[in-house]
Amino acid sequence: MTNSIGEIEDNDVLFIIGSNATEAHPIIGNKMKKAVQKGSKLIVIDPRKTELATMAKYHLRLKSGTDAALVNGLMHIIIEENWQDEDYINERCTGYESLKENVAKYTPEVVEEITGIGKDQLYKAAKLYANTKKAGIFYTLGITEHTTGTDNVMNLANLGMLTGHIGFENAGINPLRGQNNVQGACDMGALPNYFPGYKACDNKDNIEIFEKHWGVKLSDHLGLRIPEMLDGIVDGDVKAMYVMGEDPVLTDPDANHVRKAMSSLDLLIVQNIFLTETAKLAHVVLPATIYAEKDGTFTNTERRVQRVRKAVEPPKGVMLDWVMVAEIAKRLGYKGFDYTSAEDIFEEIRKTMSTYAGITYERIEKDGLQWGCPTLDSPGSKYLHSGEFTRGKGLMLPIEYLPPAELVDDEYPVLMNTGRILYHYNVSTRISETLDAISPVERVEIHPEDAKKYDLNKDSIVRVTSRRGSVTANIKITKRVQPGTIYMTFHFHESPVNELTNSAYDPVTKTAEYKVTAVKIAKEA
Amino acid sequence: MVSITLNGQKMEVSADKSILEISRENGIDVPTLCYNEKLKAFSGCRMCVVEIAGRKNLAASCSTKPLEGMVIQTHSDKVMKSRRDILDLLISNHPKDLFTQVKVGNNKFQEYAKEYEVLEGSYEGEKKNYEIDSANAAYYRDPNKCILCGQCVSVCDQIQISHTIDFLGKGFNTKVGTAFDLPISTDNCRLCGQCVSVCPTGSLIHKQLANIEPEKIKKVRTTCPFCGTGCNFDLNVVDDKVVGVTPIEDATVNGASLCVKGRYHSDMISSKQRLTTPLIKKDGVFVEATYDEAFDYIATKITEIKDKYGADSITGLSSARCTNEDNFIFQKLFRAGFGTNNVDHCART
Ligand code: SF4
Ligand code: SF4
Ligand code: SF4
Ligand code: FES
Repeated sequence: MTNSIGEIEDNDVLFIIGSNATEAHPIIGNKMKKAVQKGSKLIVIDPRKTELATMAKYHLRLKSGTDAALVNGLMHIIIEENWQDEDYINERCTGYESLKENVAKYTPEVVEEITGIGKDQLYKAAKLYANTKKAGIFYTLGITEHTTGTDNVMNLANLGMLTGHIGFENAGINPLRGQNNVQGACDMGALPNYFPGYKACDNKDNIEIFEKHWGVKLSDHLGLRIPEMLDGIVDGDVKAMYVMGEDPVLTDPDANHVRKAMSSLDLLIVQNIFLTETAKLAHVVLPATIYAEKDGTFTNTERRVQRVRKAVEPPKGVMLDWVMVAEIAKRLGYKGFDYTSAEDIFEEIRKTMSTYAGITYERIEKDGLQWGCPTLDSPGSKYLHSGEFTRGKGLMLPIEYLPPAELVDDEYPVLMNTGRILYHYNVSTRISETLDAISPVERVEIHPEDAKKYDLNKDSIVRVTSRRGSVTANIKITKRVQPGTIYMTFHFHESPVNELTNSAYDPVTKTAEYKVTAVKIAKEA
Repeated sequence: MVSITLNGQKMEVSADKSILEISRENGIDVPTLCYNEKLKAFSGCRMCVVEIAGRKNLAASCSTKPLEGMVIQTHSDKVMKSRRDILDLLISNHPKDLFTQVKVGNNKFQEYAKEYEVLEGSYEGEKKNYEIDSANAAYYRDPNKCILCGQCVSVCDQIQISHTIDFLGKGFNTKVGTAFDLPISTDNCRLCGQCVSVCPTGSLIHKQLANIEPEKIKKVRTTCPFCGTGCNFDLNVVDDKVVGVTPIEDATVNGASLCVKGRYHSDMISSKQRLTTPLIKKDGVFVEATYDEAFDYIATKITEIKDKYGADSITGLSSARCTNEDNFIFQKLFRAGFGTNNVDHCART
């Protein structure tokens, strides 16, 4: 997030696109609801009638996967009506002319054709967002889990810059991170293209800096992203994989493809708390510790670095995750892995990343600190890009609408969206007996009209089949989804939705197309 | 600012604060059953009464602002008697187990009864006879123990913003319940447990924390391992086992709020399904091994593969669930150890 969670309640407008915050980020969702109570207006852009959508001033219920066209349509109107912030654009941005040229094509008529949203609604939403100073954009999975995910994110930045809404309190562009430490994992360089602190790892100067830090020669080319790793296994270039704390067979799209690839490795090491679907395929399984057994830090979606503390001993004999990694390094004779504690590692993190340099365990003993925190007396950064963008001038990039990679047809006539529900978090919360008892089964959301069409009642079991696989599940008949669409979660291994999803990837981030899958449905029982 | 005399002491105070707030700021412990600083004043219990010179009736301090020259007594005989009467009345209507009620978190009703030495109700009170709602997996609702302080209704309304519960019925038959008085379930409630945290009685109790003695608990402050909001809470530990979660009033991100996952996940920590020994696959089946054996196996294999196919044939998936420290050392192993940038983490969302 460029801004802070604490600012939400005082926003005048919340522009929420593809984010079902009250389910995926409940406490942030509560703050959004509170904001409405205090008088702020919501613009919700979502195919589903989410809880927030029911409270919205404008709910633009667009067709799945058409976000880019919609956002271009909003910018078209804003420029047409001269609501853009000229001073801001001149002072802080580049690329305005080409953006303008691009969105000129997205007339309300064109946009209605693609998105299903009429001119009147589009106009009202554009007017409200553009002309409110304290207006923030919030997005989640909905917008990044598309083949055009990166485009969508850049387009929101375009919208924010066009209207001069980035770099102030109660405004900005705010991704709500799905997993607890996505922000931290990215910050730490658990990415094939970046060293810690987003330093490109094919850049000579950066390589030199990190070679100095670590005292070894480093690779000079980018690494593989997950889908490329999987393809690499199939092609025979990738022979070994070490998986820490994840279960890609269950959570990555197109499970059958992932399982097949993983099974043909020469060495698969899986470090996990449980014997997951992925672990079952491993050559070596290392038992791991859960967060309550370790010291360390997580970085939340507003960049706040907060302490994780050991509360209980791990099961007898189980090693800490970092200790295992260090042990493996030492067996192989690698230098620089003689850490004595998690804090010891954090001290190295501080030294390698200027944004974290001012953060110490001592300083975050009680409250966390938000990075951009370069010095020990820095209070951290409540919001980013004040005055100027971190990378100099903000670049406005024209984005074209591309139809989703998979479209419905006669054989697969129903559009399936996937996402989260309140009661679970990915797959792990099922292990909690309490949470599993609260929400024990998948319930596919289906519109009453479709229920009628397929002869389903509330106790029916439905079979959902895509071009890649087939699963069964219970149903929930609700108007939250539109006719011709269904909604499933990925929490239940009994109904593994990722057998169905598409592994077509966003070309830049390689985030998969979880959101839009063409399926057919039939009554099973 | 106005000047007042509070328990004999002259002071200048803000005219915008309640007498309750002023008293507490000055270290005077005025009891409250319905007041919650995060919620709009409900002013229903009258435990917080104080005596103001020249006024016939006692005033509820939580909803009374100081005026110039006020002389206020927070613990005068008249005040103490009034508080004892209130407790007496409530206890008379309460099930007999008030003093044995074990509760982690807010148990103020019992504490006040002890402090004010009202050890039994003197009225031949009519007892309520409602069914206990225990149909959900998260918490019990025992309307018989409810003193109608309204905090659960307000917190659901003003902080959770879900309007799941409200006052039902009238007079002696007033109770707190859901629409149509249905049991709590995922159909009508978000199971965030915020109502349970604020309840000062045994009416609302987390199932996980029921019957756990508060004195035995060690609290450890940490950060939620689920979504990116990053709520803080206390893990409640008894004998090296996490038994439940309680909120921290002053947590920066979430205050005293939590969602169902943060609140109720903690039984997974001691799950029987946890792995406890390394496993090495031999002829298609897993065989238990020591860490030593596992690391040796890994080191040998990695060396072979690296020699034969080069560093770029090795790949790693780190985790957005793990700590920064784990992620940092993991990518360092790949970059500085194996010599490849082939490190990524699942689902960049
Ligand atoms: S658990 Fe949460 S949503 Fe349910 S009644 Fe209590 S406060 Fe309301
Ligand atoms: S259930 Fe508890 S919080 Fe709610 S009104 Fe009764 S005593 Fe108060
Ligand atoms: S308590 Fe709920 S909202 Fe808060 S971090 Fe955990 S999962 Fe997210
Ligand atoms: S605390 Fe003041 S009336 Fe209840």
